[in-house]
Amino acid sequence: MGEVVFKKPHSLTDNQFHYCPGCTHGIIHRLVAEVLDELQIEGRTIGVASVGCSVFTYNYFKCDMVQAAHGRAPAVATGVKRSDPNNIVFTYQGDGDLASIGTAETVHSATRNENITIIFVNNAIYGMTGGQMAPTSLPGQVTQTSPYGRDVKTVGYPVRICEMLSELEGPTYLERVTVDNVKHVNAAKKAIKKAFQYQMEGKGFSLIEVVSTCPTNWGMTPEKSLEWLQENMLPYYPLGVYKDKYAEKEDK
Amino acid sequence: MADKVLMKGNEAIAEAAIMAGCNFYFGYPITPQTEVAAYMAKRMPKIGGTFLQAESEVAAINMCIGVASTGKRVMTSSSSPGVSLKAEGISYMAGCDLPALIVNVQRGGPGLGGIQPSQSDYFQAVKGGGHGDYHLFVVAPASVQEMVSLTAHAFNVAEKYRVPAMLLADGTLGQMMEPVVLDNITVEEHDKSWALTGTKMEREHNVINSLSMLPEELEQWNIDRFKRYEAMEEQEPMWEEYEMEDAEVCVVAFGISSRVSKNAIMAARAKGLKVGMIRPITLWPFPKKVLRAAADKVKAFVTVEMNMGQMFEDVELATRCLKPVLKCNRTGGCIPTPEHVLSVIEDAFNVGGEQ
Repeated sequence: MGEVVFKKPHSLTDNQFHYCPGCTHGIIHRLVAEVLDELQIEGRTIGVASVGCSVFTYNYFKCDMVQAAHGRAPAVATGVKRSDPNNIVFTYQGDGDLASIGTAETVHSATRNENITIIFVNNAIYGMTGGQMAPTSLPGQVTQTSPYGRDVKTVGYPVRICEMLSELEGPTYLERVTVDNVKHVNAAKKAIKKAFQYQMEGKGFSLIEVVSTCPTNWGMTPEKSLEWLQENMLPYYPLGVYKDKYAEKEDK
Repeated sequence: MADKVLMKGNEAIAEAAIMAGCNFYFGYPITPQTEVAAYMAKRMPKIGGTFLQAESEVAAINMCIGVASTGKRVMTSSSSPGVSLKAEGISYMAGCDLPALIVNVQRGGPGLGGIQPSQSDYFQAVKGGGHGDYHLFVVAPASVQEMVSLTAHAFNVAEKYRVPAMLLADGTLGQMMEPVVLDNITVEEHDKSWALTGTKMEREHNVINSLSMLPEELEQWNIDRFKRYEAMEEQEPMWEEYEMEDAEVCVVAFGISSRVSKNAIMAARAKGLKVGMIRPITLWPFPKKVLRAAADKVKAFVTVEMNMGQMFEDVELATRCLKPVLKCNRTGGCIPTPEHVLSVIEDAFNVGGEQ
């Protein structure tokens, strides 16, 4: 018998992902599930699905799940968490959901330092509806609703969520990561794990922004998408820790 | 028997909810219901409950969805414009089969309207308000005492059928003080195996969801939900009959309008006019059967409402238009006077006589 060196995390169901080939949602789902496994919290975790490509996350995570209206996941998560603070509560949201229609819920759950974890997948486009301009679409980016490129003079500039929230007194931990290579995937997992650990320790609000790709709606191969992410997304959305109230203590 | 206490309607709702086992309240300030939130803000910390002032009505109703998903009793309150903002969340609650209580202390509309009492959200409460095929369990108190009993009852019915419930009051009831007895509140136990409590690695995951990409599946969910609505229509209608034994004209009024109507009926009786009233206490399910039966006995109906004639349509439907239905309406925050109601009652005798 050979030794099992790689297997599906327990916290993922056997359902097949509906995501397009090359989409990074699969990697991010796996990272969250691995963290739930390693921290042994699947049995007391309640996930909140949002609206967008990740709407079906309730089919993929084995923990209890509730599906929220567009943008409202942090409010629903607030209710779930307040109902029983022993619950581990996370939302999984895209950029349209979190940074456009749900901006108020994002900002106010952060400023309350609500003890929840938000996984924010930023791929600079509305995926589920077929590639429209997102609040995080880059200047000049061509989408279905910015066919001549995002014109910042008429529609304004992309929103940098981690930077914006870092100005608030409330939130505990904000980090931007990506999953374009193995090194970054490992760093992303470390950040996601820290976010859940903070929640377990009652430390408060954490948001992990994962800079991601959308090969289908960007109109690129998966490989080319990763190159585009590196050349265009990362300069506008620099990786790093934007806030960590407990960083110093940990370093000591 | 508990002592009588003098309470404002809005505060009575809040205290009744707490006595009915509701330990979670999410709201946003809006006149004329803000006393509900203020009362909850004072009381909840004392009983280990949660009061949270949300960033918006939208957030408040979604916080309610979060608590309701875990199987616990939860409530939000607002007034007309705020309830419109909650409509999306109410539709999700209905689609997710989540029990909760939404209180609407109505004010004049549409738009920002006014801050004076109104009953113009009747359609919104009983015909939808949000998108999709659904109903709420809707109760309409006519006194501060009924605000207590119906708040508690609404929680029980909501859980029994897994539907959101709405207490439809108005600015008058919310603001006025009356003596009430805070007792007779029973907390029924209903199945909560659907609730999100964490799998504890002992069961399959529970999912609270209103989405289906399969038309046949979504249709079936709606059909199943409507079977529960049918059971509610059979078992849950509530109404009060007043002076109906020999009535030749039947007034139909709910909430505060019924209080004015009673005065008008007494004045009419003093003039020898045989008038009675059927007061719907549940607006959905609407007490159709008793109205249909009354249509065989009376000459005419008079609907008294603080809107332009909304329940009026349900009375015409319930009575199959067998007898004339006359409207007596005030709106915009105006309250009908007993004299106004009496004059329409007198018209009804004339119209009914010509039939």
